[in-house]
Amino acid sequence: MSEPRALCGSSDQPSATGGVRTFRSPVSPARRRAFTETLAAWALAGPAVFFLFVLFFMPVIGVFVIALTDWQFGARSLSFVGLANFREVFADVGFRASVVNTVVYVLIVVPGTVVFGLLIALLIESGKSCRSFYRAIHFLPFMATLTAMAIAWEALLHPTIGLVNQTLAAIGLPTANWLRDENTALPVLAVIGIWQNLGYAMVLFLAGLKSIPQDLYDAADVDGADLWLDRLRTVTLPMLGPVSMFVVIVVALRAFECFDTVKVLTQGGPGHATDVLLYTLYRESFEYLRTGYGAAVAVVFLVIVVTLTLVQTRVMDRKVHYQ
Amino acid sequence: MSLTTSANRLSPPAAILRHAVLLVAGALILVPFVWMVSLSIKPPGEIFRASFSFWPAQFYGVENYTKALTQAPLPRYMGNGLIVCALILALQVLVCAPCAYALAKLRFPGRDLLFGMVLIGLLLPHQVLSLPLFILGYQLGILNTYAALVFPYVVSPFGIFLFRQFFKTVPDDLVHAARLDGLSEIAIVWKIMVPMALPAVIAFSIFSVVSHWNDLFWPLIAVRDQSLMPPPLGIMAFKNEEAGNDYGPLMAASTLVVLPLVIAFLAAQKWFVEGITGGAVKQ
Repeated sequence: MSEPRALCGSSDQPSATGGVRTFRSPVSPARRRAFTETLAAWALAGPAVFFLFVLFFMPVIGVFVIALTDWQFGARSLSFVGLANFREVFADVGFRASVVNTVVYVLIVVPGTVVFGLLIALLIESGKSCRSFYRAIHFLPFMATLTAMAIAWEALLHPTIGLVNQTLAAIGLPTANWLRDENTALPVLAVIGIWQNLGYAMVLFLAGLKSIPQDLYDAADVDGADLWLDRLRTVTLPMLGPVSMFVVIVVALRAFECFDTVKVLTQGGPGHATDVLLYTLYRESFEYLRTGYGAAVAVVFLVIVVTLTLVQTRVMDRKVHYQ
Repeated sequence: MSLTTSANRLSPPAAILRHAVLLVAGALILVPFVWMVSLSIKPPGEIFRASFSFWPAQFYGVENYTKALTQAPLPRYMGNGLIVCALILALQVLVCAPCAYALAKLRFPGRDLLFGMVLIGLLLPHQVLSLPLFILGYQLGILNTYAALVFPYVVSPFGIFLFRQFFKTVPDDLVHAARLDGLSEIAIVWKIMVPMALPAVIAFSIFSVVSHWNDLFWPLIAVRDQSLMPPPLGIMAFKNEEAGNDYGPLMAASTLVVLPLVIAFLAAQKWFVEGITGGAVKQ
């Protein structure tokens, strides 16, 4: 379809029907077809274009405008204040705690999720039986409503009647008030994060494992790598390299977006112990209505997430070269 | 000793070890689910006596689940979730499929620019947009309505991207034949492209429904009325009202909120795994 049009698009032959009319149409049928195709394309894409503008591009510009001005919710006028909102945000002890907490949370969730996800994927793939059964069990938390599951976790972690403390007490280990102790609250949320995302990492690794050509294993066999561990070291793990990098970034993105468990279980407390970026963004924007502050936090969050996503895209491009 | 034979089969001890580790890991993963269901069928006395037993001495499930369904407007929350998810999905397919067709099969000036816009949209985390979207909702006077829950998601850059990938694989000859048969471009979208790309549509539907059924962030901002709350927000409100002390009904409510997706997932595991991870794996 496209090549013929490109060929005859520039030709100025009179149209076949042109002779009947009193004047010759200046537009060739090919041109006219190209024109109607353009018209049709924009008509088809029109609603999507409109909503992309209204729901994505205007809001993203809006966030920057709010972050750079003194506009408050309900105000009729605004004036440019430069980086004042950002200065306020970065000078705030609460915000700095929030950044540190988010980084700590990500640094626990990412390795935990990736390592456990990889181990489970390798174990599932190493045998033939019950694959989909094990996959289903480990994937379940990823699609179960996290708000509801957070409530179940709260019951598990209850200081007196929770299963966790009961078990620890039964085997003579010290117990804790997990969600109310500022030393344990964030790590416990991270454990829930690992629990939730592990299955996601697992299925991504399973897809990666499937794409490793059998020839490589056969070649490794010939080279004398007949131990499972040898094959793992010489074939599986090197071949999983690009996938692993990809999983790390995807899980990191999800970890940065941690919100539900914080909102349901700790509300950022005790103190600022579990304040994470997205929760700070929510609280400042919608509970305290500190619009400028909230928008500045949103910009910081946007920069982090976009940077990570761009790195991910580069990794995906590299992966194509590997194959 | 070799763990595997040349035929890629595990030796019996290794196979047993594999099952043992996977079963233990799986059991640990399931603990929160099991505990939630266990508490949901226990009377308050037994919950606070704290025992390890899964099954209660006195079965209290009927009372707890009745309370969850009547005291909190749980059926209402679930109905809201259903309405919101269905509206979002219908609008997304309606808006995204024609645009994806234009990007995949039509040649027009600005196509690359449009695709670039979709990619940028794909890049933006939705939470960042929440403040301007909240203001927009306020200006339109639709906050605290179903429309508020739905409008930010009317277009999905991921949907356009995914549909475009699949539409590209539909042979051009089919499109030509349809045009010769007198089908309009919009008819080609709905009668040829969407049916041909049904796997993509199903995968996207699962992705969309799961994300919006589970979403807490935006509903928290968009609605205040209990009668409009989708399940995650509703169950949070229920928890706060009950002050977290009436565990039985709360766990029953949690179980009921999680249940629809769990059942659907177990029934169509392959589709779910593909739908939810599809965006990450396919490029």
